[in-house]
This record gives sequence, structure tokens and C-alpha cells, in this order.
Amino acid sequence: MLQKDTKKAEAGAATAVHEAEPKKSKILQALEDKDTSVQFTDPLENEMILNMGPQHPATHGVLRLLVKLDGETVVASVPELGYLHRGYEKLAENCSYHEFIPHTDRLDYISPLMNNTAYVLAVEKLLGVEAPRRAQFIRVIISELARISSHLLAVGALGLDIGAVTVFMWTFREREKLYDIFEQLTGARFTTSYTRIGGISQDMTDETKQAIQDFVTQFPPQLAECEGLLNRNRIFVERTDGVGVMSKEMAIAMGFSGPNLRGSGVAHDLRRSEPYLVYNELDFNIPVFNDGDSLARYYVRVNEIKESIGIVQQALDKIPAGPVHAFAPKKVLPQKERVYTKMEELIHDFMLINFGTAPPVGEVYHAVEGSKGELGFYIQSKGEGHPWRLKIRSPSFMNLQSLPLLLNGRMISDVVAIIGSIDPVMGEADK
Amino acid sequence: MLSTVVEKLKTSLPASILEVKDFRSETTIHVKKDDIVKVSTFLRDDSDCLFEYLSDLCGADAYTPENRFEVVYNMYSISLKHRLRLKVFVEENDLHVPSVTTVWPGAGWPERETYDMFGIVFDGHNDLRRMYMPEEFEHFPLRKDFPLMGIPDSIPLPRK
Repeated sequence: MLQKDTKKAEAGAATAVHEAEPKKSKILQALEDKDTSVQFTDPLENEMILNMGPQHPATHGVLRLLVKLDGETVVASVPELGYLHRGYEKLAENCSYHEFIPHTDRLDYISPLMNNTAYVLAVEKLLGVEAPRRAQFIRVIISELARISSHLLAVGALGLDIGAVTVFMWTFREREKLYDIFEQLTGARFTTSYTRIGGISQDMTDETKQAIQDFVTQFPPQLAECEGLLNRNRIFVERTDGVGVMSKEMAIAMGFSGPNLRGSGVAHDLRRSEPYLVYNELDFNIPVFNDGDSLARYYVRVNEIKESIGIVQQALDKIPAGPVHAFAPKKVLPQKERVYTKMEELIHDFMLINFGTAPPVGEVYHAVEGSKGELGFYIQSKGEGHPWRLKIRSPSFMNLQSLPLLLNGRMISDVVAIIGSIDPVMGEADK
Repeated sequence: MLSTVVEKLKTSLPASILEVKDFRSETTIHVKKDDIVKVSTFLRDDSDCLFEYLSDLCGADAYTPENRFEVVYNMYSISLKHRLRLKVFVEENDLHVPSVTTVWPGAGWPERETYDMFGIVFDGHNDLRRMYMPEEFEHFPLRKDFPLMGIPDSIPLPRK
């Protein structure tokens, strides 16, 4: 009996070992996923691997991050992208230039108006048309409002990641007012699809102009309140000061752009370096901070919001009357009223809708200073109604590339603060 | 401004340049594939060029029997404020291009993306994995012979 029991126990132990083998390898398999280069070395040592995301609330979307920890210190980290990859570059090759405009809304979904503007500017450069001055001013206004909205989210979310929940609520209150303006202006809060090749879909009414004016007037004190919660908040400053430092040389070499680059002391802003639209007629400064840490990036964003308010105010004062649609037959969609009454325009409308506008053979790259950084579109045309190749140069993608550089050697609690300060949007990074 | 860059490149590395194109006041230089690292290092360091910032790197599929693929480098000079585009051709039967990560470390992810989408292999890249698609995926989605609807069953669903 006793012998039998031991035999049983032995047999049980043997099967247990036998069963444990595939189980263990399954765990190891998950950790040593081919998608990552982090190796799971010795589970009994201090180092462990932590998988953040892709559904972690603090990673700002579906960013998956594998961090290797020694105690609380990050030893290595690997960002993993592709959870929101929708193949927009493939889609673009299969739809006409106009049809792609709604897709640009879904890139950086925090500032869709900025993407709309950036895309049509690239196509206009390819076609060789220019929007009328009123449309250009409206594009400047919507771009800057989108920038304010995006930076407000970045500042609020950075506060939220660190524990300052109130700032998030207050910035979202302001963003709500902006969304009301977008709805009044474009007909949609989120997916605006507002611009058209050669102009914009509909003119800005006087009521909308007044709404924007009201927002611009009431906003600075509200921003000052938000700043007051953070600027001299000891917890906030100590969590961000000297955290995630990026040197000037490294920032340039790694392709950092936008507020992140200017937080590292590089005075590079495409609105000034390569003026597009009417930016060279407007007076504004480029905030630059030299520290290269999370706090510097926060300060750049807050100061850019202030500059953007100034730009919107100037654009509202200077905006001329006139058409908002370029007159360029066979390139730009004709006005609807004329389509219904004139034969020529009806033919052009039919051809443009069915076969698309016909650009010359060639390739262009046009970049704008988006809210996250350099947002560029590279288009190869073979003279057809749809792009042969369209590449989206998304700033979030390039900014995220430097994440391991910023994280390694920091504490685990700094990870969310650093991701928040880089301000990635995964819709754009994953395309 | 860019004529000085082109002239300087032509005098310094005449054997590497195949063609210079101008369209919409943007300059594209076709470069020999094996010389891309040499040319980009020159363009980064020369005092009249100073292209220290690689805006973008991407691939394209011309779908022609010869020179089927191309790799496009969009560069920008922050100090001199000008842009330039380099281009190399890649044959379908020899998908290897020297990596420029030694020149611009920021080329790492765009090169991974190009590998993922076109199957172009960057020699010298220290971490050439797929960027968006799963590692087991066998196809290259942005090639022109990859159908828009995708290939059924090409992405294995997770098993229970």
C-alpha cells in the first residue's frame, strides 16, 4: 500500500514535471515574443519584464511597451506598434485625392483640422493651385485652434498621468468649447473633413467668427488658471524636472520634431523656417526651452498655446472677404451652384468625382508644423486621379522612436510621465 | 541655394550620382545604391549642405521589370533651411540596401517600416524587425501585387 502510494506519487510527480514543461515554455514564449528583442533571462534574479499596454490607460492609446526592470529601474524598453495599423497608405493608392481627405481625420484624431490642412497643401503643391487668401486665413485659424486643442490635451493628460486630475478636467472644459466651434464651423466635432483641394468646404459665417472671437477673449485667464495648478506645484515639478532628458544633438539625429524638439533647445518651427499659408504675415514667437526634459516640453506647449491665441486673434483681424474656393477648372471641384446651371462645370464635376483630378507626373513632399511636430505628406503621382504612392510622415511615429532613450535608467513611475510629455497619438503613429 | 548643393555633390562624388530632377522647386537626386551611405554622410557633414535632419525615409513600388523598388530619403537642414530628396533604386532580385542608421540614428524605425511594407532589407540595421505587421506575416502589404482586400488567412488568429 505504502509502496503503491509512493509509486503513485512518483508517477504524479513525473506527470507534473511533464506538464510543467509546455506550460513554462508557453509563458516564456509570450515573453520572448518574436516581436520584441527583450530577452527573459533569469526569473530568479531581480530583473523582470513588465508588459504595458496595448490597453493601458496611461500609454495614450494602443501603444504597447515592454520594459525590463531591475527593481524599480528601467533597464531596457521596447515600444511595439501596429495595434491601430489600418493601412492608410495602401488605401490612399486606391482612392482619389478627394476621397482621401476624410481618412486624414483619423490620423491624428486630436487635431483633425491640422491633418486636413496638411494633406490638401501637399496635393495643391502637386497640382500647382493655390487657395484664395480668405481660405488661407481660415486654414491658419483652424490649424491654430487644432493646435490649442491638442496641446490642451497634452498638458491635461500629462497632469493626469502624474496625479493632477483637476488640470485634465479644466483643459477638457476648454476643449469642449473648441469642439462646439468645430461643430459650428465644419458640421462635425471630431471627424471634420473640412478642407478641400483648392479651398475649404464651406465659408466661415459671421456667427462662427464671433464664437472664435469669444473663445479667444475668454481663454487666456482659463489657461492661466490651469498653469497656476502646475507651474509651481512641487509634485508636478519634481516629477518632470530633469526627467526624460533629450540632448539637442540627439534630438536632431533621432528625428524629434515639434514641441519635443523645441524643448531640447532647437529653434526649428516650419511656420518660420518654411512659411506656408499666410504665416509670414503674422507676428508670433517660437518658444524654445533648453533643458530637454519633460518640464521643458510642458513649458513649450503652454507657451505655444499662448502664441496660437495671438495668431488666431491676428488672423481674425486681418481676414479678408472673398471666395474660399480656387478657380481652377479640371483641377478643383467647381462650385455647386454652377454645377447645377452650367454645362462645363457639370462635365468637370462629373470627371473630377469619377476619375479624380489629374496632376502632372512627379513627386512632392510638403510638411507643416503640426501640433505633434513635422507632419508631412510625400506624394508620387503618375498622372492619374489617385496617388501612386502616398507616404505620411507622422511626427508621433518619429517621436516615439526615441522613447527607449528617454526611459532607460529612469524609475518605473517616470514611464507614464515621459510618455505623456512626448504626447504621442497612436492613430498617427500606426497610420 | 540648392544648386550649390548639387554642384558640390557633383564635383565631390561624381561617380555616385545618376540623375538630378527638379519638380515644383524640389530637387531629387538619384544615387547609386551602394554609395548611399557615402553620399548621405557627405550631405550631412559638408558645410554647404548640412542635412543633419532626416525628415522621412520611405519605399515605393514602381512595379516595373527594372528598378522595381525605390527608397526615398527626404532630408532637411535645420541650420540652412533647405530640403533635398535622395533616391536609390532596388532590383526585385536583390532587395538589399545599405542602412543609413549610422548617419542618422533616426532612420531606424522608418527603415523597419520600409522593410515591413516592401521587404527591402537594410544591411547594417541592428534591429530589422517588422514595424506594424506580425512577425509571422509572410507578405509585404504596400507592394503593388498585394491585393487591397488582403490575403485571406495570411494573419493567423489567436488560438484558444
